[in-house]
Amino acid sequence: MAQTQQPTDTTPILSVSGLNLHYGEAQALKEINLDMIRHQVTAFIGPSGCGKSTLLRCFNRMNDLVESARITGSIRFNGAEVNEPSTDVISLRRRIGMVFQQSNPFPKSIYENIVYGLRISGVNDKSTLDEAVERSLKSAAIWNEVKDRLNDSALGLSGGQAQRICIARAIAVNPEIILMDEPCSALDPISTLKIEELIEELKDKYTIVIVTHNMQQAARVSDVTAFFYLGELIEAGATRKIFTNPEKKQTEDYITGRFG
Amino acid sequence: MKKFWKTGEPYVLATGAALAIVLVMTLSLVGVVVSNGLGYFWPKQLVRFELKDGSAALGQIMQHEKNPISGERRLQLKIANRDVFGQDFRWIDEKDITKRSLPADAMLLERREHGNYFGFLKSVTAEGLDIPAAAAPLETLERALKLVAEKNEASRKIKGQMSDLNNRAERLRLKLLKLEYNGKEQNSAAIAELTTERDKAMTEFNALNEQSSASLAEITRISASFEDVSGGSKEIALIEIVAHQRPNSMSFIAKCGAYLERVRELLLDDPRESNTEGGLFPAIFGTVMMVLLMSVFSLPFGVVAAIYLREYARDGLLTRAVRIAVNNLAGVPSIVYGVFGLGFFVYGIGGSLDSLFFPERLPTPTFGTGGILWSSLTLALLTVPVVIVATEESLASIPRGIREGSLALGATKFQTLTKILLPMATPGIMTGLILSMARAAGEVAPLMIVGVVKLAPTLPFDGNFPFFHMDRKFMHLGFHIYDVGFQSPNVEAAKPMVYVTTMLLLAIVIVASSTAIYLRNRMRKRYTTSTF
Repeated sequence: MAQTQQPTDTTPILSVSGLNLHYGEAQALKEINLDMIRHQVTAFIGPSGCGKSTLLRCFNRMNDLVESARITGSIRFNGAEVNEPSTDVISLRRRIGMVFQQSNPFPKSIYENIVYGLRISGVNDKSTLDEAVERSLKSAAIWNEVKDRLNDSALGLSGGQAQRICIARAIAVNPEIILMDEPCSALDPISTLKIEELIEELKDKYTIVIVTHNMQQAARVSDVTAFFYLGELIEAGATRKIFTNPEKKQTEDYITGRFG
Repeated sequence: MKKFWKTGEPYVLATGAALAIVLVMTLSLVGVVVSNGLGYFWPKQLVRFELKDGSAALGQIMQHEKNPISGERRLQLKIANRDVFGQDFRWIDEKDITKRSLPADAMLLERREHGNYFGFLKSVTAEGLDIPAAAAPLETLERALKLVAEKNEASRKIKGQMSDLNNRAERLRLKLLKLEYNGKEQNSAAIAELTTERDKAMTEFNALNEQSSASLAEITRISASFEDVSGGSKEIALIEIVAHQRPNSMSFIAKCGAYLERVRELLLDDPRESNTEGGLFPAIFGTVMMVLLMSVFSLPFGVVAAIYLREYARDGLLTRAVRIAVNNLAGVPSIVYGVFGLGFFVYGIGGSLDSLFFPERLPTPTFGTGGILWSSLTLALLTVPVVIVATEESLASIPRGIREGSLALGATKFQTLTKILLPMATPGIMTGLILSMARAAGEVAPLMIVGVVKLAPTLPFDGNFPFFHMDRKFMHLGFHIYDVGFQSPNVEAAKPMVYVTTMLLLAIVIVASSTAIYLRNRMRKRYTTSTF
């Protein structure tokens, strides 16, 4: 079912095969097979409740927090199995960062927000932290806006700024993948545009998986798009192909707005 | 009219009215307490009444009212001189009064015993004091009082030395007891040594004691003679006089001075006359120390329990049962906690401690009797549900996104808890602490059985090793109110003291709560979450 673009110079960084997820009795994901390629932006689209966020949260095992979730099948990250009990979840989450739908800055200063990931992994060297703050804030394109008030509370920022702080926070620990769960759904168009530009830039260094409800956004920022419906992966492929010439009728219907 | 009801306005008014009623009731309670309490120390005028039957009365007017039987106006006069007249107060019908006056030389004496004395100074027997015989009686009295106070200071120093010696002898006695308990034979050398040391201390003590009683006898001989309004004379030793004033001829500033002096006495001195006079320092100290100790026990315990319940325990039948049990604990009558504290802490733990560590002192209990430690623990038990509930609520109110954000950055659950959740929950925890402190400060019933006493000879904290004496009994403002107001031999005379004590207890609760609220608001500013 999965059809992924396979350029000769890249290998999948994340590879999902035969993944099933149950919440209690209800099956939320059915037999998902999908590869995500290094340094590409993969977009998950689909109507609400189709399982795209659930799949995203499987990658860094955030579903561990949900007691009723049961997962079978395999997710390989750089060839190593994610779903094994022996996997070090802490280091996995450090290597796969996540940005949430609602910006969630901690009630600390901007500086402390950015270095949080480093501090909890035991880095306390001032110069390392300073360097990480500048680098990640620059990468998140918010350095110029906040450089003079790094010690102010991050709670005073606007929604768009707060979301970019959260992206910077994720970048600060140097992950390989950044998972974004509808990062723009709570933002105004201008902030959305900024985040989209940011995604474009981040692509060079990180692999990005983004869940979005906004099909234009998927079309604008992603290289690969995967369409989900009722827990199934209907179709995945190069974004241009999905949006211009989808293979499945359901995909076409969804993209053209005939159902949802 | 129907429209008016439909707008919903009446319900808003009803809620406002309910709040207003609560406010008015609270404020009037505080108002009654404060106005009665603050007025107590103001030097009241001594009024002299001449009555139709030819007799005279001198005293302070306490209140006017209509005689419920005859319907005549009458006034209540505090006439003091309990030892002479047999009572402190009398009622006078206003129609019997022929003349009132404010004699300038009427004097109020505060005495160490038998309450106040109202009368007129006649002469001072100042033998052996360096005072010119020609001086006016009032001046002589003042100078003699000063000299007596100096002499008394010296004998108090001796008393201090005696108390130190007594403490040393007591420690030696306990050591001896221990040695004897461990075996009289093998420790005989040490026992003999300690016995001589103790005897030496006792000899020293006795010598000082004699010296002290001799000087006391000398001081006691210095006295002044007074005449009361009905002509009877009274000889009062100067050492018995705590304070003297002539309220009718005092200026406003002098009255203010006298007032402040009484406030100082109240806050810093020990009580006198079975608590109805003098200061409240031991009770203030006991209350504050007990509340602080209680917080030290209940806060960490409650917070940790709440963290487990909210963050770690699986949400099952057991957790829910525990939660319900905790909530219900807050509703158990406090006397039940007192009885539990007595059985569990005092007799159970305290008794075991005694038989383990101080078997030589038995049957005299050390920890196996009420004390400040057991009182604090009992109250901690009483207030811990409040802390648990408040902590749980504030942990629950932290948005899920914050936790996930922290976990997604590779934080462990414990790191998330200590670095993010607990700081954010602190304002809520502080609210719980404030409530529990207010509750603990006002609780009396359980304390009566686990360690509060009417009069504690020593504070639970002093300069003798190990400084904190957790086994000691202590005094408490709440119990003081009960004791002075309802258990003292002269309730009418003690009434103002009850108001003052209540006011102080209120003040302590308010100060403690305001401090906590101030801290909480500072934290809240730092940790408020954005619009989630």
